[in-house]
Amino acid sequence: MSGKPRLTYVNGRGRMESIRWLLSAAGVEFEEIFLETREQLLKLCQDGSLLFHQLPLVEIDGMKLVQCRAILSYIAGKYNLYGKDLKERALIDMYVEGISDLMQLILVFPFSPPAAKEENLATIAEKATERYFPVFEKVLKQHGQDFLVGNRFSWADVQLMEAILAVEEKVPSVLSGFPQLQAFKTKMSNMPTIKKFLQPGSPRKPPPDEHYVATVKKIFKLN
Amino acid sequence: MWVVCDFSSGPVVLLWKGNQIRGNMSGKPVLHYANIRGRMEPIRWLLAAAGVEFEERILKTKDDLQKLRTDGFLLFQQVPMVEIDGMKLVQTRAILNYIAGKYNLYGKDLKERALIDMYVEGLADLNELILHHEFKPANEMEKDLANILDKATNRYLPVFEKVLKDHGHDFLVGNKLSKADVHLLENILWLEELKPDVLAKFPLLQSFKARMSNMPNIKKFLQPGSPKKPIVQEKDVPAVLAIFS
Repeated sequence: MSGKPRLTYVNGRGRMESIRWLLSAAGVEFEEIFLETREQLLKLCQDGSLLFHQLPLVEIDGMKLVQCRAILSYIAGKYNLYGKDLKERALIDMYVEGISDLMQLILVFPFSPPAAKEENLATIAEKATERYFPVFEKVLKQHGQDFLVGNRFSWADVQLMEAILAVEEKVPSVLSGFPQLQAFKTKMSNMPTIKKFLQPGSPRKPPPDEHYVATVKKIFKLN
Repeated sequence: MWVVCDFSSGPVVLLWKGNQIRGNMSGKPVLHYANIRGRMEPIRWLLAAAGVEFEERILKTKDDLQKLRTDGFLLFQQVPMVEIDGMKLVQTRAILNYIAGKYNLYGKDLKERALIDMYVEGLADLNELILHHEFKPANEMEKDLANILDKATNRYLPVFEKVLKDHGHDFLVGNKLSKADVHLLENILWLEELKPDVLAKFPLLQSFKARMSNMPNIKKFLQPGSPKKPIVQEKDVPAVLAIFS
C-alpha cells in the first residue's frame, strides 16, 4: 500500500542482508515480512509469488523479484550505484562477484557441523586476508580515491563495507594489515545513510544465532 | 619495450618481453580456461550468439594456471578470465553482463534487465548442477543425474514454458533476443545430452529450441569445428581436476 519495496525472508541476515544494505545505503525505506513456518513458504510457492520457489523475494515497482543478484542489480541501476558506463559496471560487477564468493563462506558458516567450524573459520580468515582484501587494498591505494570505482559511491563500496564488518565479527583483527581498508571502513561508516543503518533499531539484522539456524532449517527443510 | 603497429583494424600494442610477443594481436576477445565447458561455456555461447569471434588460450596444466596468477592477470587468482576491450575481466557474471550490455542482449531498460537477470540467475543455479556432473565420481553419477533432471523438469523448465506461453513471443523478454534466451538454449541442449526426451512435456520449449538453433550465429556455433566444447571424456577428467587442485 505504501509504495515502498517489500522484502519477504526469514528474520535474519542470510541472502537478504546484502539487499537490506543496498536499499539502506541508497536511502530507500522498505517493509519486511518475516516467515516463521514452512507452511508460509509453501503458500507463497502455491500462489505463484516465487518464480523458482525460493527466497529472497522483493516486491518493487510492480515486480515480484527473486534471485539476489537480479534484485541487487535492479536496485543499483535504479539508484545510480552502478557506475556511469559499461566498463565501470564491469569493474563493479567483478568486485561484487569476488566479495560475494567471500560472503558465501560466511553465509554457510552457521550451518557447518560443529566439527568443521574451526576449519571453516580459518578458511574465511585465509581467503579474506590472502585473496580478497589485498585486491581492494591495492585498488584504493592505486587510485587514492574514496570509492572503489569511478570516484563515486557504488554498489561495490556497499558490498565491501558489508563484507568487512561481517568478517570482523568473526576475525576481529582482520584489517590489521590493511590501512586503506581501515580508512575506507571509517569513511563508509560516516556516510549518513550507512551511519543510520549501523545504528540500533535499523533494519540491519544481528549475526545468525541458533534460533535463526533452526528456523531456516525448518522452513527450507534442510538437514 | 612497447611497439605500436597500425593494423587495418586499428592500432594494436604489442608487448615485447625478451623475444616473446605477448598481448592481443587481433583485437578479438581472448578466453583463458581449461578445455572444458565448465564456467566458460556460457561465455563462449554468448559471444557466439552475438556473432563475435574470439581466441582461446587453453590451460593444460596447473603450471599454466599458476603462470597466469604470478603474471598478475587474475584479479582473484581464478579463471575464467577474458581479455576484452583492454580489460582482463574475471568472474563469469561480470564477463557475461559486459558482453550482454555491449552487444545489446540485455533488454531495453532496467525492468527488462531485471527480468533477464532473474531468468539467467535461475538458469545459472541449474547450470551449476549440470557443469559439475561430469566430474562426479562414478558411484554418485546416477543420483546426481536424477537430482538434476528433477530440478530441471519440476522447477526450471516449467517456468520458461509458462513465460513463452503467457506472452506467445519467440524470445523470453521484450520480444527480442537476450542473454536469457542464449542461456536457456545452452541448458536445454546440455540436458538433452543427458536425457534425450527431457523436453517431452514442454512443447513451447521444443519450438523455442528449434527456432533458436536456426538463428545464423547459433547455427554456426552448433556445427562441428566451432568453439563449442563437448562433454568431457572420463579419461580426461583427472588431468582437468589437476589444473584446479
